[in-house]
Amino acid sequence: MVGVFDDDDVLLNAVTKVRESGIRIHECYTPFPVHGLGDALGYKRSKLPIAAFLFGILGTSLALLMQFYMMGIDWPMIIGGKDFTSIPTFFPVTFELTVLLSALGMVGTFMIISDLRPYGKAKIFDLRATDDKYIMAINLAKNSIDTAEIKQTLVNAGAIEVNEKQN
Amino acid sequence: MEVTSPVRKPLVTGGKTVHDVTVDVCRRVEEKPTITWFLAVAASLGLLTIGLYSVFRTVWDGIGMWGLNKTVGWAWDITNFVWWVGIGHAGTLISAILLLFRQRWRMSINRAAEAMTIFAVICAAMFPVLHMGRPWLGAYWALPLPNTFGSLWVNFNSPLLWDVFAISTYFTVSLVFWYIGLIPDFATIRDRAKGIISRTVYGALSFGWNGSARTWERYEAVALILAGLATPLVLSVHTIVSFDFATSVIPGWHTTIFPPYFVAGAIFSGFAMVLTLMLITRKVYKLEDYITINHIEMMNIIIIVTGSIVGVAYITELFMAWYSGVEYEQYAFLNRATGPYWWAYWTMMTCNVVSPQLFWIKKIRTSIVATFILSIVVNIGMWFERFVIIVTSLHRDYLPSSWAMFQPTIYDLGDFIFTIGLFFTFFFLFAKFFPVINMAEVKSILKATGEKQPTMRESQTTTQTAEEMTPTTSKN
Repeated sequence: MVGVFDDDDVLLNAVTKVRESGIRIHECYTPFPVHGLGDALGYKRSKLPIAAFLFGILGTSLALLMQFYMMGIDWPMIIGGKDFTSIPTFFPVTFELTVLLSALGMVGTFMIISDLRPYGKAKIFDLRATDDKYIMAINLAKNSIDTAEIKQTLVNAGAIEVNEKQN
Repeated sequence: MEVTSPVRKPLVTGGKTVHDVTVDVCRRVEEKPTITWFLAVAASLGLLTIGLYSVFRTVWDGIGMWGLNKTVGWAWDITNFVWWVGIGHAGTLISAILLLFRQRWRMSINRAAEAMTIFAVICAAMFPVLHMGRPWLGAYWALPLPNTFGSLWVNFNSPLLWDVFAISTYFTVSLVFWYIGLIPDFATIRDRAKGIISRTVYGALSFGWNGSARTWERYEAVALILAGLATPLVLSVHTIVSFDFATSVIPGWHTTIFPPYFVAGAIFSGFAMVLTLMLITRKVYKLEDYITINHIEMMNIIIIVTGSIVGVAYITELFMAWYSGVEYEQYAFLNRATGPYWWAYWTMMTCNVVSPQLFWIKKIRTSIVATFILSIVVNIGMWFERFVIIVTSLHRDYLPSSWAMFQPTIYDLGDFIFTIGLFFTFFFLFAKFFPVINMAEVKSILKATGEKQPTMRESQTTTQTAEEMTPTTSKN
């Protein structure tokens, strides 16, 4: 069952109403990030920042290890009579690699958990969801409530169209 | 709930609806290319081809084709490098720093500005690579790759090596940031596409995006963290570029003011280039409702601010040269202003310090023609700034017997023309085949800042309450 809405605020209210009436929502699809929609759907906050932090730490460690190994252990060289290894001159490369690994690691994680990949096939209920319509999808098999009642709830909540789709 | 400010001007004019945004942006991608576009691409491909010959000669015959000599060992190549990297900085500033500051006016310009960043960094990277003389071996000199010399590693104490890491990280992170933002818009184009080719291509590019609430939630977290990472990154990049000079013992280079001064200059020149490109794009693509005079004024204000910082930095340099009491330092600055390169110095001063001050006048700041001219003037001025810093500091060596002048050859010029052609070819291709405005972000601010939206919302809430009061009669 797919409910089509034409306003993000209406969808937001509708999500709350539909959930209150005991219907389980499969997912909502919107053309832009609607703030508060995740909360209304009861999603937990994304843990991606933690992934970014861990990858960042990994970058810092790898960069420092690499520089200390190359400059201090594998082939120490006298450059301008200075120490073989020094934290201050290693800092720029360490910083850059921290940022690089943090960014790439986080985005990679995001791609994998969100199933985004080149040539990935999109599971689309309504093509207008990327244009100007806000879609609420309800899996009838997972809801014990009568189909007609779900439909009525969606219409009452402000859906401009309610379609049934086989997926 | 969004609050509409009565004080601020609308960011999107013309009473656009969400659907209008899709149509206005996608139409450019869907329609057949115009004659103007073909002419523009032909012109930039022409520059690219002319420049390609110079690049070929530079690689085939070596960098002896350039006008460098024993005294002036760095000239146009590094000038162009710093100039291009600097231009790139505005894109990151708009997309990352303004995101952190929640400046919504960034939303209709960030896509094109980030594209500019990426293309500018590619152009910048051309010069160090060419300066290696044998670019095919460059990876061994620039990256810590195991090799048969033992392994003889790169020198991690060298600012030039820091630069390699800074620029490549900057390029990669900018590209990723840009692409993440493009995915939802590619999906919009994919879902509208009629032809099999465009459906396949944009289908592949959109990575199977469907706009689900869960993905949007993660997307926003990713965008925020990337902005948080890109902000110190962009500052570090030009700081490290300035270390190439500041850590040496050349009078005129060896100053601690260089990092902030270079970063301000980079943002200054970058905004000028953004304005040059945006004014053309908005005109050709009729995007006046998205990139409004208000946007142009905001960018001009940033130009005043950064231009004034640059001006203060110039004066500080002069003062410090005098105050330090170092004879060489004093001579370097006196020689800049009155020596054989006085014309370059005063071009720089006029273009960078005097011309942006004209933006204090509101009429000039909100005039498209004046903005366009001044944006080009600023870019010329910033090119001269790097030229002045590099060449005037080098051409008077510690030994008067080594004093020399720098004469650019046709190949110096040709390599520069090559990058200009490359930049504009990339930009025009982007402007045709990619959504030039971030549709998803602009759609999300229509309610709060669109012109017609407050009244629309009022009418919607009234109908909604009416429905709530009489649900059975209206719907059955």
